[in-house]
Amino acid sequence: MIKVTGLSKRYGTHLAVENVNFEIAKGEVIGFLGPNGAGKSTIMNILTGYLSMTQGKVEIDGFDVAEYPEDAKKRIGYLPEIPPLYIDMKVREYLNFIYDLKKVKFPKKPHIDEVLKLVKIDHVQNRLIKNLSKGYRQRVGLAQALIGNPDVLILDEPTVGLDPKQIIEIRNLIARLGRNHTIILSSHILSEIQAVCKRVIIINKGQIIADDTAENLSNKLSSDQSLVARIACSEKEMYEALSSIKGVKSVTSLGKKEEGSFDFVIEPENGVDIRAAVFERVVSRNRTLLSLTSNKVSLEQVFLRLTEAADNNEARKLLGIEEIPQITEETNEEEN
Amino acid sequence: MTAIFKREFKSYFSTPIGFIVIAAFYFFLGLFFSITFGYGSPYLEQVVMAMSTIVVFAMPILTMRLMSEDKRQKVDQALLTAPVGLTSIVMGKFLAAMSVFAIGFAPTVIFEIIIMTKVSVNILGYLYALLGMLLLAGALTSIGMFISSLTESTVIAAIISFIINILVLYMTSFASMIKVEWIANIINRLAFITVFENFGGLVFSVADIIYFLSIICVFIFLCVRSLEKKRWA
Repeated sequence: MIKVTGLSKRYGTHLAVENVNFEIAKGEVIGFLGPNGAGKSTIMNILTGYLSMTQGKVEIDGFDVAEYPEDAKKRIGYLPEIPPLYIDMKVREYLNFIYDLKKVKFPKKPHIDEVLKLVKIDHVQNRLIKNLSKGYRQRVGLAQALIGNPDVLILDEPTVGLDPKQIIEIRNLIARLGRNHTIILSSHILSEIQAVCKRVIIINKGQIIADDTAENLSNKLSSDQSLVARIACSEKEMYEALSSIKGVKSVTSLGKKEEGSFDFVIEPENGVDIRAAVFERVVSRNRTLLSLTSNKVSLEQVFLRLTEAADNNEARKLLGIEEIPQITEETNEEEN
Repeated sequence: MTAIFKREFKSYFSTPIGFIVIAAFYFFLGLFFSITFGYGSPYLEQVVMAMSTIVVFAMPILTMRLMSEDKRQKVDQALLTAPVGLTSIVMGKFLAAMSVFAIGFAPTVIFEIIIMTKVSVNILGYLYALLGMLLLAGALTSIGMFISSLTESTVIAAIISFIINILVLYMTSFASMIKVEWIANIINRLAFITVFENFGGLVFSVADIIYFLSIICVFIFLCVRSLEKKRWA
């Protein structure tokens, strides 16, 4: 449905997006994840035809955005970072305008009624957008993207500024829309991406550093199956007790995290499940096991580790991806 | 194009701008009409000609927010990602401003009817002056719209448009300061006021019409380019 090849965008001397490639199949819901200024919005603006690319090609449903902009744009609903609203219009009036602007073919009134209901703004349809709260404006922006029922939805941080209840509502809505739309969602909120997207593209400094399912990403990064145990005991005694368990490779004490207890990281030998053994050992010493958790990294940690890596090649190494040369010869020539 | 036209036209009347400009037109039209007709002159083209000063001030107010406001509110993202050509966006806005202007000049029709009930005059004189006024307003609108597309601030758009309008209209005053005769002549000939006044004397000239039309085309084209440029910035 969406095919991006060799996409680069240069602002003056600053390279905002560098050689980005990905493909999104029909019906996929993917998340763009990246810190602020990573180039998420720039990529989205290029996909929707708002900005041009310096290099590369974007195809929406087979239509090149640069060559057949109108055919490509017809298939996209776009919610930019700041919802594009005429604040001097009423909600319904504004949606009518967008309907006319997009030259939608569906019957007008029922279609707009449907969209209003879908994003739950039918009760504010006769209010001026100026007087709506940020959350409602965001939803009007989403409604605007849904007008004309486009195949592709590109949503740039759709839940920013919403309260927790609204966030859950919008998330559910996106999940529902995901059944029959292709959706690209950007966010720096990880739980959000985890909740609605199967596939995650992590972007840092204008490059894609990871493109995989959220699960695979955290598996790849956490080769260790170590456990973290919090035990009410004395440090030295328990350290020895834990180290002598069969199948334990190493034990590291993390020191006192909570009054009267110590934390230990217990690393098992490959493929050995030591959880029961740890529990029994603690009980046999008449001590109390307060908690036992997996040390597996969350998507949040994946994200931090990848984006805090000194450069993108280092980040790729963490994931076991081959290095790619940072600057291609072609761009070098251009600079000269 | 119709969607943009409708929305822009309505927005003139959802804020006081449209009403204020139209009220100003009505006031000065009425004033000039009562003065000229009061002195016994049945030539409405004199009223239309006198309005040029008012138009110079009114058009920047109509055009100041046409493009800049979209940029400031980021609505241009919706317009430019919709399946519409840039030219139709610009034309929609241009026609909306021109329609408000046309409403402002509608009373002259009533004036002409009043005059015709009293004396017999050649209606062509009035119609040709009105055509000139339409072309002048079109030229000022396209210039104002282009300037509005260069900035995000409506105030800056308005002020720069005022200055440029006064320059292009009254550059005859600078011509007298220039010693080189042929340059002075060119400036005199190209000043909007010279061209516009030709419409008041019923001296039909295709060159005058084409001059204004080409100004309109050039600035609408520049305005489209200015929107396009943003994509490449």
